[in-house]
Amino acid sequence: MEKNSIGLVTPSIYRFGSREKPMKLDSGYTLGPVEIAYETYGTPNEDRSNAVLVCHALSGDHHAAGVHDLHDRYTGWWDGMIGPGKAFDTNTYWVISSNVIGGCKGSTGPGSTNPETDEPYNLDFPVVTIGDMVTAQKHLMDHLQIETLYCVAGGSMGGFQVLEWSLRYPDKVRSAICIASAARLSTQAIAFNAVGRSAITQDVKWQEGAYTTDSGPEKGLAIARMVGHITYLSELLLDKKFGRRLQSGNRLGYNFTKEFAIESYLDHKGSTFTKRFDANSYLYITKAMDYFDISRSYGPLKSAFAAATARFLFVSYSSDWLFPTSQSKEIVRALLSCGKSVSFIDIDSPYGHDAFLLEEEKLTRIVEGFLSGVDKEAR
Amino acid sequence: MNTQYVDRLSRTDRDMIFTLVPEGAKVLDLGCGDCSLLNELVAKKGIQGTGLDIDGMQLVNGLAHGLNVHQGDLDEGLSDFPDAAYDYVILNQTLQVVKNPPMVIDEMLRIGRHGIVGFPNFSQWRLRKGLFFGGRAPKSPALPFEWYNTPNIRVLSILDFFDFCQNRGITIEKQRYLIGGRWIRSPIWRWTTNLMAHIGLFVITR
Repeated sequence: MEKNSIGLVTPSIYRFGSREKPMKLDSGYTLGPVEIAYETYGTPNEDRSNAVLVCHALSGDHHAAGVHDLHDRYTGWWDGMIGPGKAFDTNTYWVISSNVIGGCKGSTGPGSTNPETDEPYNLDFPVVTIGDMVTAQKHLMDHLQIETLYCVAGGSMGGFQVLEWSLRYPDKVRSAICIASAARLSTQAIAFNAVGRSAITQDVKWQEGAYTTDSGPEKGLAIARMVGHITYLSELLLDKKFGRRLQSGNRLGYNFTKEFAIESYLDHKGSTFTKRFDANSYLYITKAMDYFDISRSYGPLKSAFAAATARFLFVSYSSDWLFPTSQSKEIVRALLSCGKSVSFIDIDSPYGHDAFLLEEEKLTRIVEGFLSGVDKEAR
Repeated sequence: MNTQYVDRLSRTDRDMIFTLVPEGAKVLDLGCGDCSLLNELVAKKGIQGTGLDIDGMQLVNGLAHGLNVHQGDLDEGLSDFPDAAYDYVILNQTLQVVKNPPMVIDEMLRIGRHGIVGFPNFSQWRLRKGLFFGGRAPKSPALPFEWYNTPNIRVLSILDFFDFCQNRGITIEKQRYLIGGRWIRSPIWRWTTNLMAHIGLFVITR
């Protein structure tokens, strides 16, 4: 294990609401009881004013740092950023990470048991929004007795949650770090999600969502992940990493096996994904992303953000074409136009959208700097 | 070249800008580098500072001091910033490297009530001497570059700047000239100042 790792962590579950007193969703439907899987790193200070909420992206979960088992090779998804002496320094901050509702890693989602039927919800699970995910997180923050979050941070869909927090609970957010994200999912990104969802729903094993865990639409889910994965990378990176190289030898096979290195790579990414993710959750979460549109929920950006009180930091990546720099800048412009405290840095990177998980050295310096400056009134 | 001398020059124009910014002002520094001028202004004059630079990683120093920072390329304009958002917009030693100086100055005066512009005077006698007698592209301690690697694509003199302001309806509120090692407040004879000054520093408004 790495020296500055947070080490062994144990997830917790917080349960709130009930059939009688369910959580109200943006759609008008209700959900209850609700469970949220979460982890915390570091320790709260006396008045719990050092709490930092990190929000995960589409395929992430509450396991953001450390390991679940000392023999575990796999660390949390933001392990390089969270820990003693790291960007989110657990010697200073109390970091909280929770699994979104609709997910499949412990929070209530389509695979959870429907209290009405004692069977899995499957497609009876209501469609949830990014706003609903944030409302559920707010219940968790109340449970953890956090009055104000020192910071809410996240990339991609995590960035959606950051923005939603800053608008839904403006006085509860001291600062917000929104990485490789946008005020709304772009048409192009919705299009890719649509392909992914079609791959799942066209898989005969999907059975209108009523599959059993040992016989799910794995092929469809794998294809969805393959498509998704391409959108997370850049053309330059694909070219550099794989080129037109063949997986074995240099002879064309004149057949349809996975011949090119990139084919075999995507195949691998797709099939490993099916072992850790649920197809229905993929449908629900991508739908929540598609629905995310600040202007639809809160009006034109400029007036939407007029109520925000957080100090904002936006980070984008030069080669990210799924959440391009221009989308971050659009929000920055709106915040500037209503006189809000906002900073913006575009990191020059070849890694595409995935850079937010890969360019840790630069992001560390930026996040460290921003967090240490939040309480300095220099703006 | 004489880097110590250049450092002293940049130190000294920063000192002068420091005195030109009033306490508690809202200040945007264009091409702020590592935000050191703004940080100093915040610490000693209680200003509210925002920094803009093309090099994002340099801005981290400003973030850590609590500044708002923006990565941006002046050549792409400043349309993200709303009208009259700042009291002072600083453009120091940057005018000579931008592609479209009129656009940058117009934008400065749209965003800010006052602009502070500082640039090296390309008609200083040393440079004239270099060109006239040496017959080669001029160099000086303040402009130590070769013709092929100079970032200074806009070559202007103090008289050029006067003309520019007059033609575009810009008022010069204050002027400071670095001559030798000393700052002079106003040109007694414009022509002499144009010959002697290494650096001109102007507070402008519209």
